[in-house]
Amino acid sequence: MLEAREVRKRVGQREILRGVSLRLLPGSVCALFGPNGAGKSTLLKVMSLLLRPTSGAVLWEGRPVAGRESEVRRRLGVVGHATFLYDSLSAEENLRFYGRLYGVADLARRVGEALELVGLEFFRREPAGTFSRGMQQRLAVARALLHRPAVLLLDEPFTGLDREGQARLAEILERFRVEGGACLLVSHDFDETLAVADRYAVLSRGQVVREGSCRGVVPAEVVRLYQEAVGGVVR
Amino acid sequence: MNGVDFLRRTMAIVWKDLLVEMRAKEMLLSVLVFAFMVLVVFSFAFNPVEHDLTDIFAGIMWVAFLFAGTLGLNRSFQSERQNGALQGLILAPVDRAAIFLGKFISNTIFMLAVELVLTPVFVILLNYRFGGSTPLLVAALVLGTVGFTAVGTFLAALASNTRASEVLLPVLLFPLLAPVIIGAVRATEAALAGKAAQAAEGFKLLGAFDVIFLALPFVLFEYMLES
Repeated sequence: MLEAREVRKRVGQREILRGVSLRLLPGSVCALFGPNGAGKSTLLKVMSLLLRPTSGAVLWEGRPVAGRESEVRRRLGVVGHATFLYDSLSAEENLRFYGRLYGVADLARRVGEALELVGLEFFRREPAGTFSRGMQQRLAVARALLHRPAVLLLDEPFTGLDREGQARLAEILERFRVEGGACLLVSHDFDETLAVADRYAVLSRGQVVREGSCRGVVPAEVVRLYQEAVGGVVR
Repeated sequence: MNGVDFLRRTMAIVWKDLLVEMRAKEMLLSVLVFAFMVLVVFSFAFNPVEHDLTDIFAGIMWVAFLFAGTLGLNRSFQSERQNGALQGLILAPVDRAAIFLGKFISNTIFMLAVELVLTPVFVILLNYRFGGSTPLLVAALVLGTVGFTAVGTFLAALASNTRASEVLLPVLLFPLLAPVIIGAVRATEAALAGKAAQAAEGFKLLGAFDVIFLALPFVLFEYMLES
């Protein structure tokens, strides 16, 4: 579906990504682990077409995205470090705005569904700026899902969520996977992430140093493999 | 993306900007207050009761509008910087030209609203006896404002990526704006004096620069947003 092939990204003198290849498959959630500064967020930005790679390519269904970025962007849902929300707009208005940008059909109904999905239906008219961090994160997830993307790119999506929010997001991701969606989930939290992922990759110093299936593998085993790959201690 | 989709997305950005401004009122209030303060300073400096300000009235108006407008342009990208919303716009399947056009239209609406409120206040406070042509004055203000917001929106987006955007924007903006300022002041002077032929000369100059300054960002905005 979405693929990074031999992607390199240099910022100034520093090469953040050094020939990363990673393929996201339909019906699969791939967890991306790595220590701070490994290049996880940069890879996510490159794959979401926010950053242009210095060399290498991002491919959509086997073909480079160059020249059809708009078509590909329509199929991607992204949750980043920032929420991309407007504080003075209500939850509903934020979604309505993004829905218009993505050309979502039957927008009013779809906005209601997305708010219900993340449990914010009773806060639809409240300004996003008055929301707690967890509620803003829920709204950011609703924004990413609003246009029914085929691929989800999530950077630390569990940040700020309470237990109920975490369980709800895990359920959303599981349903997304079962319905054939592809997802890249960047996280530092092994337990939360491995509960929803079926594949994992480890990024270290700008390179994928290990990847594989984590179906039926206990989190402790993945942690051991991670430690082996990056040579660090997981807390 | 076809023309209808392009316009729909452009208008979505305009709708969002107007809604954000209606709620926060940050930009309109700060621009109005700043322009009013400039006007008050000029009225103290030139003493309009004792001196005839006919020759410099148009210049005073545009100085106040441009200084205050620069403040407004800076603010127009504040809401985009908050929570990384500009990234949200870039991630969406929206033509970059539509992002520019949306921000340009909303900035032009804000500026024209400020001018609509302040022009009568200028006339009263500077004791100016208006004997010119209102349609010509409106045309001069609209054409001058379009040139200003076209260049300003583009440079405000550029400056918003830097830490010192408040300082950088005027430094970049005013040298580039020189032809617009000259054209706008000349056209406004002629309109205030009711000299249609002279005003038309100013309109030609302004119109030409408006077209150039609107066309260039359409091409360059995409590269500016790319990293």
